[in-house]
Amino acid sequence: MIHTDICIIGAGPVGLFAVFEAGLLKMRCHLIDALPVVGGQLAEIYPQKPIYDIPGAPAIIAEDLVDNLMKQIGEFRPGFTLGERVEALEKQEDGSYIVRTNEGTGVHCQVVVIAAGLGSFEPRKPAVEQLEYFEGKGVHYMVRKPEQFRNRKVVLAGGGDSALDWTIFLADIAERVTLVHRGDTFRGAPDSAEKVYDLAGKGKIDLILQAQVNKLGGNGVLKEVSILGNDKSVTVVPTDDFIPLFGLSPKLGPIADWNLGVEKSAVVVDTFDYSTNIERIYAIGDINTYPGKLKLILCGFHEAAIMMQSAFKYVYPDQKLSFKYTTVNGVNPF
Amino acid sequence: MINIFIENDSGKRSALEVPTDMGFSLMEILKAYEYDIQATCGGMALCATCHIEVLEGMEKLPESNDNELDTLDTLPNADANSRLSCQLRPSDEMDGLVIRLKALQEA
Ligand SMILES: Cc1cc2nc3c(=O)[nH]c(=O)nc-3n(C[C@H](O)[C@H](O)[C@H](O)COP(=O)(O)OP(=O)(O)OC[C@H]3O[C@@H](n4cnc5c(N)ncnc54)[C@H](O)[C@@H]3O)c2cc1C
Ligand code: FES
Repeated sequence: MIHTDICIIGAGPVGLFAVFEAGLLKMRCHLIDALPVVGGQLAEIYPQKPIYDIPGAPAIIAEDLVDNLMKQIGEFRPGFTLGERVEALEKQEDGSYIVRTNEGTGVHCQVVVIAAGLGSFEPRKPAVEQLEYFEGKGVHYMVRKPEQFRNRKVVLAGGGDSALDWTIFLADIAERVTLVHRGDTFRGAPDSAEKVYDLAGKGKIDLILQAQVNKLGGNGVLKEVSILGNDKSVTVVPTDDFIPLFGLSPKLGPIADWNLGVEKSAVVVDTFDYSTNIERIYAIGDINTYPGKLKLILCGFHEAAIMMQSAFKYVYPDQKLSFKYTTVNGVNPF
Repeated sequence: MINIFIENDSGKRSALEVPTDMGFSLMEILKAYEYDIQATCGGMALCATCHIEVLEGMEKLPESNDNELDTLDTLPNADANSRLSCQLRPSDEMDGLVIRLKALQEA
């Protein structure tokens, strides 16, 4: 069990900055994110785009803003659990909470901060017969440990950069790699597309264009995939592993079941301190809603500052908080 | 003003009156009519939450640019009739277009 003062669900920009605001008040944080990296939408949707409305930064690339936030909170040494989705909140008798993830990680904390943005990023699943049945029995939505595919027959599907990159990478590891793509050209990074055509030309991989995987077969474990061509032809390929790579899309997920007030996929909060209808649970950033809400990073930062002042009473019930500027005390690491 | 038709899951079509002189994208028009599309990237061809299927009138539309095609490539259920509504600017030629909102089914 991990013990901390504040557990933050979501390591997007707002969850990250909340660590700073908590740190100024001497409260420790642990962050959990379903993505394997920090940064939320900035990392997943637009890492290379410039942002123009961060005060004091006339233009900043999304990825750089995330790096800067990580530097800014480094002194407060937050803990991270990445690549796991928060599933449940368990209230303890003394009012504290245990936050649990899908991988069984538990975080014990005094205050829960939901900074979950648009929801947790989950793989986009293609419409393939028997797909869910074979999850964990040959179907993977991410390549975590490439070694697990050594000497196996792997079919990848998709036309984006990750499908191209993993095809190239696994070509050296797997016994056979087949890439199936709906279109007839790839527009991912030109180098990668070039390499994939080259590998196919040399017979090192199989490339099946203008086609889609439509059915999986096997007896308890995956044995084959059936591929339907745009010309209605059907090809059956013996397969140990099927990896559809169609990116991620955010889903509100378990948060919807926590008895919080939810309106249009967002958690209703009191603008006095961004608290939810449940004591010790706050919601900040894109995940919350209130009259006049603007989904901007800057607004999420403001909410984090206000909310941490309110959370202080649960972490230090015997102390009185007096507001001070960082210019008075500086930033005191722990 | 042109008419664009939205077909729902049960095959019923509703007509939208769409201005062609105000510079709105089709995504913005759909939002203005309070269709439930997220359009989280605000029209940058990044999020794909404004995905539509063109049922009639594909030939009336300009071709997709690379950004749009890149993003469509990341969708498991995109096909030859898929477009991103944020990348389409209603023009007089698009009168009578029939579309279905695909992003809703992905959610
Ligand atoms: C293309 C684009 C351009 C934008 N440009 C700007 C701009 O110029 N200026 C601006 O201010 N804003 C901009 N925004 C909006 C901005 O990105 C969001 O306001 C901001 O990302 C919100 O931050 P957040 O931390 O609240 O949520 P997010 O960035 O969405 O992060 C939330 C994180 O929580 C995680 N999560 C959710 N649920 C769970 C769970 N159950 N378990 C584990 N993890 C979970 C998610 O995986 C995600 O990583 C833009 C958005 C997009 C898409
Ligand atoms: S609004 Fe995001 S792709 Fe169209």
